[in-house]
This record gives sequence, structure tokens and C-alpha cells, in this order.
Amino acid sequence: MTDKNFDVVVVGGGPGGYVAAIRSAQLGMKAAVVEREHLGGICLNWGCIPTKALLRSSEIYHLMENAEAFGLEPVKPKFDIEKVVKRSRQVAKQLSQGIGHLMKKNKITVLEGTGKLKGPGKLAVEKDGKTEEIAAKHIILATGARARELPHLKADGELVWTYKHAMTPKTMPKSVLVIGSGAIGIEFASFYRDMGADVTVVEMLDRILPVEDADVSAHAEKAFKKQGMKILTSAQVKELKKAKTSVTAIVEKKDGKTEEIKVERVILAIGITGNVEGLGLEEAGVKVEKGHVVTDEWGFTGVKDIYAIGDLTGAPWLAHKASHEGVICVEKIAGLKDVHPLDKSNIPGCTYCRPQVASVGLTEAAAKEKGYDVKVGKFPFIGNGKAIALGDPDGFIKTVFDAKTGELLGAHMIGAEVTELIQGYAIARTLETTEAELMHTVFPHPTLSEMMHESVLDAYGRALHF
Amino acid sequence: MTIEIQMPALSPTMEKGTLAKWLVSEGDEIRSGDIIAEIETDKATMEVEAADDGRVGKLVVAEGTPDVPVGQVIAVLLEDGEDEGDIEALDSAPKPKDQSRQEAEKDKTKATKAPEQAEKAPTANAPSPRQNGQERVFASPLARRIAAQSGIDLSAVKGSGPGGRVVKRDLEGAAPLVATTEKPAPGPAAVGDMPVEEVKLTSMRKVIAQRLTEAKQTVPHFYLTVDVAMDRLLALRKQVNEEEDLALSVNDFLIKALAAALRKVPDANVQYAGDKLLKFGRVDVSVAVAIDGGLVTPVIRGADSKGVAAIGAEMRALAEKARAGKLTPEEYQGGTVSLSNLGMYGIKQFDAVINPPQAAILAVGAAEERAVIRDGEIVPARVMTATLSCDHRAIDGAIGANLLTTFKQLVENPIKMLL
Repeated sequence: MTDKNFDVVVVGGGPGGYVAAIRSAQLGMKAAVVEREHLGGICLNWGCIPTKALLRSSEIYHLMENAEAFGLEPVKPKFDIEKVVKRSRQVAKQLSQGIGHLMKKNKITVLEGTGKLKGPGKLAVEKDGKTEEIAAKHIILATGARARELPHLKADGELVWTYKHAMTPKTMPKSVLVIGSGAIGIEFASFYRDMGADVTVVEMLDRILPVEDADVSAHAEKAFKKQGMKILTSAQVKELKKAKTSVTAIVEKKDGKTEEIKVERVILAIGITGNVEGLGLEEAGVKVEKGHVVTDEWGFTGVKDIYAIGDLTGAPWLAHKASHEGVICVEKIAGLKDVHPLDKSNIPGCTYCRPQVASVGLTEAAAKEKGYDVKVGKFPFIGNGKAIALGDPDGFIKTVFDAKTGELLGAHMIGAEVTELIQGYAIARTLETTEAELMHTVFPHPTLSEMMHESVLDAYGRALHF
Repeated sequence: MTIEIQMPALSPTMEKGTLAKWLVSEGDEIRSGDIIAEIETDKATMEVEAADDGRVGKLVVAEGTPDVPVGQVIAVLLEDGEDEGDIEALDSAPKPKDQSRQEAEKDKTKATKAPEQAEKAPTANAPSPRQNGQERVFASPLARRIAAQSGIDLSAVKGSGPGGRVVKRDLEGAAPLVATTEKPAPGPAAVGDMPVEEVKLTSMRKVIAQRLTEAKQTVPHFYLTVDVAMDRLLALRKQVNEEEDLALSVNDFLIKALAAALRKVPDANVQYAGDKLLKFGRVDVSVAVAIDGGLVTPVIRGADSKGVAAIGAEMRALAEKARAGKLTPEEYQGGTVSLSNLGMYGIKQFDAVINPPQAAILAVGAAEERAVIRDGEIVPARVMTATLSCDHRAIDGAIGANLLTTFKQLVENPIKMLL
């Protein structure tokens, strides 16, 4: 180790941490990343990316099963789960190496080991029992989060899985119980269902995908049930009874009755909790609440020169939120002008189940609760030429406007490829367009994006094709 | 590289200023920190310091030029080894004085570039998107619509978006301007042989016109009047001035009494801010001071926690600076309430116009001898009439009355101000 003095040291090399380091380097600061496992963090190694690889396999499998509908010779597709997993791991590996190159290109020092705060401006990096001390003018904590467990819901890696086990199955389970219907739970439910497993989803709240607009939740539930998924809402898993190769879940249902559900595997997706342990937070005086580090809108923890970003600081637990917070935090450290805190209502959310779900801004209910007089537009996939040509005529795009000012308060979509569409509305929100500019925008034909146009028109009673 | 000196923003709200006076000439060697010019803004005349060392290569903006936008290049400094030939044509504005033929030639050849650079100059450093009233205002579509709906003048809003673009958050709390004060109505043409002199409005006059029009048109005023017995306060003033060798004015005591009253009635120490009410935890009193060509309101900050002697000393220093036109923005901006005193002119009573965004102003007249009835007897007493103007959006009648009564009690029993 040549030099141990840095302007910025980021603890954690995930999408929040490595982006913060790159932005630091761009602004002329000497930056380092401390990473205990692999660059890219959960997102790239055990989250967003490998699951997308798995879901691509299940999507193609589903299409092959339905080849006849497209005029193709019917086939009986088969899969090799080991190869499906291997491809997913290969995708993750390729991208993790890519981050290594980015670090090199930006002259960012990567320190392998576990970081711990050691008094003002100091950080200890421990690896294999050896500890090295480094000096940093600014320390950004970006250690991320991990799956939450409860006393009666603990993963064992064999029968009861977290996301990590669920994306590296050795064999294909015949039946799966997914506890929790947020983005993580629903993506695994969708994957295992498309790969042929019997899937049951248990959600404590009264609807699946509870952060989404109620219309989206209802549509998703209908679509999943049609695919053969079993969905229990307002239900709680009280106990998991493990046998040798199966688990019996005791589920208390809406009506107060209990049901026993016997499955081969259980996937826990009941939220996540910040990796706050072992960082020396308490000694440093950094405040932790409900498993997450408390910061102001710039990521400042209140302790001189110590910042925190991303999942470590709380919801929404999204890679793009972490990256953006990293950039803002570093720009603030560098004293850049015109830096503004992240407007969380402008963070889009995407769930890659089939059909896909994507949204940005306020739901209709949230907008009304905030006192807005709303105009709501909705356009179904069945009215869109491209959707019908794709053979995916299921879903809709919903837009919520402030009736008074024409501000696009929120957009909510379910259907094929909507995760690639949502950024259009995200840009609209960031630029503060009103319905007028969206109506004046030319959307290319034939695309799914035409529905975005029609949804806006519909909010003002002007939809053309429905 | 030559160094461009731009019109500085001497206050957060300053958009343009008059280049009142150059204190350096072309060819002068100057050092960082030297005072090079005086700029007159809407409220005060301020000095501009050089930020760099160098030789004055060119005074781009002539002395006396009004409405120079913030950010416009006003002069060019030459560094070691540079001469006038290094100066790029920066502005097509009239040149101040004797200009070499060579320079004139250069201006001609670069003339086509000039407007483009003039365009760029202000946006480079100024956060504000506008250069003057005629320029395009950069604003998001949503901001435009909200501004149009609530009658907000976008050109008066400081943008915080990329490149100084006005976005929705900038309009939260912005005061709606119902009247278009930008274009004053053309005055009546001179009738017949009436002798008329046209006087160009000073920046201060324009601000007074704009803000007080805004106040009277958008702030629902109501007025409360009381008579206040001054005998005890006058006696106390006489006593402390003699015993402590001070020169405290009646007004110094009234500032203290108003501040103390607001402290006792905090519901009146407020401001209406669109969708919310601001309640202040400190009393800052703006005191109207008449100066040549208008008036300014220097602020006594935290007057509720200052003694009368301290207020008096501060007030004298501020009034002196105000008359000299040297008040800094920090000294006249803000304030949670205003006090206007026309007692020295023998005025008995008047209704003052609220100074927005404040919610109240107290207008006091002269302390004069009047016949009053006490215990059934007609006796002479020194009495002052005080009228409180309140913004009804922020202060209701009962609260205003409570404030004014409390003020009256404090003035009539000045010893209570100590409590």
C-alpha cells in the first residue's frame, strides 16, 4: 500500500458506493472503495442483475411453451436448472469485473476487507485477521442491506430460502411458498411459476405489491391467479414446520381460519434490514433507527465528515436510488452549486414479474390523500396495436394528474416491457411537464409507448383509440 | 488571459444596478481588494472591490449607465504582459471615454461576436435566469402554469433548477403579484402650458412604487387606533438621558415597546406565506427612515431582547448609514414588523401601508398635550396616537387589538418593559 490518505473513502462497493467513488474521482478527489465481498454489491451479484438473467430464461421458456399461438411448431421445452443458474452467475460475474475496470479507469483504490470507523477521519480495513488503518477526509457508508428475518421465519438455506438461495437452486422445487409480495417476492413467484412450480404467495397486507397503485395490485393478482398462482392476502405465516424434504406453513387467513400449506421450499421476502453492524457506528455517534442509519437529505449523518447512502439509510431499497444519493452526497461534499436533494417521488420502481409492473410518483389514493383534485387516465394494452402483435394484450397504463395545475403526479403501469417505458414519465416529472407537453409529444407508431400518450389523453377525456 | 469584471450581485434579490461611479481609470494598476466602483441598487449605494490584481484595460460600461444586469462584464483587467490588444470585444455598450482608434477598429471586426458573448456573460455566473425584463425567463412548464394561475411574476422569481430554471419548488411561498407593476401607466400628457419637469425614477422610487402598490392591492389591511399617555415614558427618558448621559429618542423607547409587545403577543409576530403562516421566534423591527428621494427601513434585529440603550446606539448608526446610502442588504432586509413615526412633523395620526411580506406596521404620531379626563377631572396630559395596520390574512382583529393594547400598557408603564 503506497498511500493511505484519501479525500473520500466509500465503505461498500455496491451501486451506491462505486458510483459515489466514480463521481468523487470525476470531481478531482482521491477516492477509495472498501469492499468485503465483490464489487457491484447485492444489486449486481445477488439482486437486480442475476434475477433478470433468471427471468429471461423463464420468459423464453414460457414463450416456447406457447409457440403454437404464434404459428410455430409446438414443442415441449425442457430446462436444465443448473445451466439456467450458471448463466445467471456468469452475467453477474461479467458485470462485477466491469466495475473493477471502472475503478481502475477512474484511478480509484479498491481496498478488500471490512471497513470500520476508527475515530475522526480514520477507518480500519480488516482482512483475514490483518488490519490496516487509512485516513479519509470524508467517509461515505454504503454497506447496503440484507434480507430481514423474523424469529419464526428464519432461513436455513436448505428448505427455507432468502433471495440468495432462491436464485441458485440446485434442483427445481415442485412447490414454493413465497412470504411477502413486494418486488423481490413477486419476481421469484413469477420465475418459479413460469418454470412450472406450484406457487403460493402470502401477503400480510390486503393486496399484493402493496406500494403500487391499487388498480395495478388488483390487475396483477388477477393475472397471477390466471397463471395458476395461489395468492393469500391479509394472511400471515404463523409457523414453519420443517420435515426432511418439505415444509408445512401454518397460515392464518383473512377470515381468522388457519390453513396448512405444504411445500418443498419457502422463500422469505419480508423486507430488508440495513447492514449497520460492525461499522463502529455507535462509538462514532452515528444514529441508527429501525436498522437503518439516519441522515439528512444530503446523506450527512450529523457526525462530522461521515455520510451514509443507499439501502443502509432506508427505503426505497433501490439501486438507482443509492447511486443517485451517492452522486448528490459527493457533489455536496465537493461544494458544487445547484445540488438539490433527491426528490423521492421521482424515483421510478420496477418489478420484473410477468406481466411487468412499473411506476413513478404518487398513486391515485396517495394523491387524493394529499388533497389533490385528480384527473386519472387509463389505457389498456388491448387497445394498442403493438401489444396485440406481440401477443401480450394484457395490462394498462394509468396516469394521475393534478386537475388544477396539470402536474403529472404519478404513472402506474402493468404489462409487457413497461419497465422500459416508465423512464419517459420519469423525465416528464423531472422536467415538470404538464399534460399539455405530453399531449404535444409525438409517440412513435407502432410502439407500446403510444399507450403512454393515450393514457394522458384519456385523463382529459381525449383518448383516440379506446 | 484577460480578467473580466462582472456586475456583481450585491444582494440576493439584485437583478441590475446603476454603475454610479468609476473610482479607477483605464491604465490604473489595481490590487485585489481595491475599491473600483460604486453601484447604486434599489436601496443603497455599494462599493465594488476588485477580486484580482492587474491593470485596468478597459472600462466597458460607462459611468452613470442605469440597469446594468448582474453578470454583465463592466470592465476588463489585464494581467502581466498583456496589453489592450488582448481584450476581446465584450459589449456593444457605449464606451466611456477616449478610445483609441485601434480599439474602435477591433470592436468593429468583433462586432458580430459581441451579442453572443453578452448573452453568455450573465448566465455564466448569475444563478438568475433573466438579464432584464425583456429577456426570456427559463421556467418549467409546470412553473409557468402555476405562476399564470396564481398571478406570480416569474421574472421576479429566482430559479433553482438547472441553469437557473424556475421550477415548482421556487414558487412555493412566492408572493402573488396581482398588479403588473412592470409597465407603469403612461402619465397624463402635459396640459396646455402647465410647466412640467420629468424626473427619472430612481431605483428606490421604483421599488417603493412596486412594493407599496403590491401591498395595497394584495394585502387586506385593517386598522386599529389607540391613544397612549406618554407622561411616564417621557419622564423616564428625561431621567435616563440625564443620569446616564445618553441621547435616547422617544422612538428608541417605542421600538423597544413594540418589540416587547410582540414578544408578549407572539401570534402577531407572524407572516402570511401562501399556503402557510410563518411564526417568528424573534422580533426584528424595521424602522422607517426618511432619506433623500425616498425611505429605507433598517432593521433592529432581536429588538425584544435588547435594551433601549443598545437599540438607540444601533439605530443612530443605521440611520446615519441609511442617509449616506451605505446600508448593506443585511441591514435593511427582513424584519418581522415595521415602525413608522411622523411625530416629529407634528402629525397627529396616520395609517401606514404594510411593508410586505410583513404582516403589521405601527404608525405613531406626535406626543402632544391634550386635555384628558382622569378620575372625572379634565387634566392636561401628553398623548400620542398610534395606529396599527394589520394583514388580515395573518392577524385577526382580536390579536391585533391585543398587540396594540399591550403596546399601550408598556408605553404607559415603561417600567414593565424591563420584565
